Amino acid sequence: MENIRLIEVKENILADNDVVAQKSKSRLSDEKTFLVNLMASPGAGKTTLILKTLEILKNQFRTGVIEADIDSMVDAEKVAAQNITAVQLRTGGFCHLDASMVENGLDNMDLDKLDLVIIENVGNLVCPAEFDTGAIKNVMILSVPEGDDKPLKYPLMFSVCDVLLVNKIDYLHMTDFDLEAMRERVLTLNPKIRIFEVSAKTGDGIEAWASWLADETTSFIE
Amino acid sequence: MHELQVTKRILDIALKHAQASRVNKVLAIQLRIGAMSDLEDQWIQKYFDHLSKNTLAENARLKIERAPAVMKCNDCGHSFEVSIKEIDKIQCPECAHASSLTFISGREYYIKNLEAI
Repeated sequence: MENIRLIEVKENILADNDVVAQKSKSRLSDEKTFLVNLMASPGAGKTTLILKTLEILKNQFRTGVIEADIDSMVDAEKVAAQNITAVQLRTGGFCHLDASMVENGLDNMDLDKLDLVIIENVGNLVCPAEFDTGAIKNVMILSVPEGDDKPLKYPLMFSVCDVLLVNKIDYLHMTDFDLEAMRERVLTLNPKIRIFEVSAKTGDGIEAWASWLADETTSFIE
Repeated sequence: MHELQVTKRILDIALKHAQASRVNKVLAIQLRIGAMSDLEDQWIQKYFDHLSKNTLAENARLKIERAPAVMKCNDCGHSFEVSIKEIDKIQCPECAHASSLTFISGREYYIKNLEAI
């Protein structure tokens, strides 16, 4: 029997993704384009929220959207119909965007002419949380009908985001969603997270979130 | 859900080190994955068995150790393990504060070593 050798590796499995993500971050910094990665479950209201937000910000910034979908163009068509620059990435079955896919999206945009780009990630609370896309800020939506237990089930997602948008807040009175308990749990996982209660449908709370986004964009591109 | 992509990376890294160390065969790969990750052990092994066919790492066993989620209390400095998906309320067991905690472990994602001949 041959002797078994133990070979030390100590290598991060996602190191190659992180290298590409860092490259995109410096490129965005050079090009002065603020990139936001928006993550949520399917049906949480990502596309509607992006449209409402950019409606408010379109006169202040030159905006664009990177749409990720497993295999359709529906969201990109909705965004393009509003005259917003949109790039569609078909993930071909992938459950998330990684840094290389986003880099590819950025290659297909004229960053010179864009101040703010929002990535609409694949609808999923698990996988997108694991991969740094190269975005400057991570934002997630939790919509009220999904339930207040989501931070318990998907702690990683809540701990990697800079902002939590609690969407469909107009629906709150019809549910037993415990806003305070949810807020407390999220802040324990991630004390620095900003939480906005919004309704992309009625427009409630969208101004406050858009104003946060405008301030962040301005300080990044100046 | 993204086990396939991750498994491909594990195989690539293992083969790179195996070739550099001029081994004949990789018997096992020791991974350390944080408790915050949702990777499924059995799927990683299944994908690995498929991807590693006809390589130095064919039939290698993936030994996955889970790094616990550990939080540190910013008030009293105490560190403690948390069953992050099981308990309703996370708070420091020493001073009972829940407001300011920081993760110090739970997101590990790396290959520790290879067993090879």
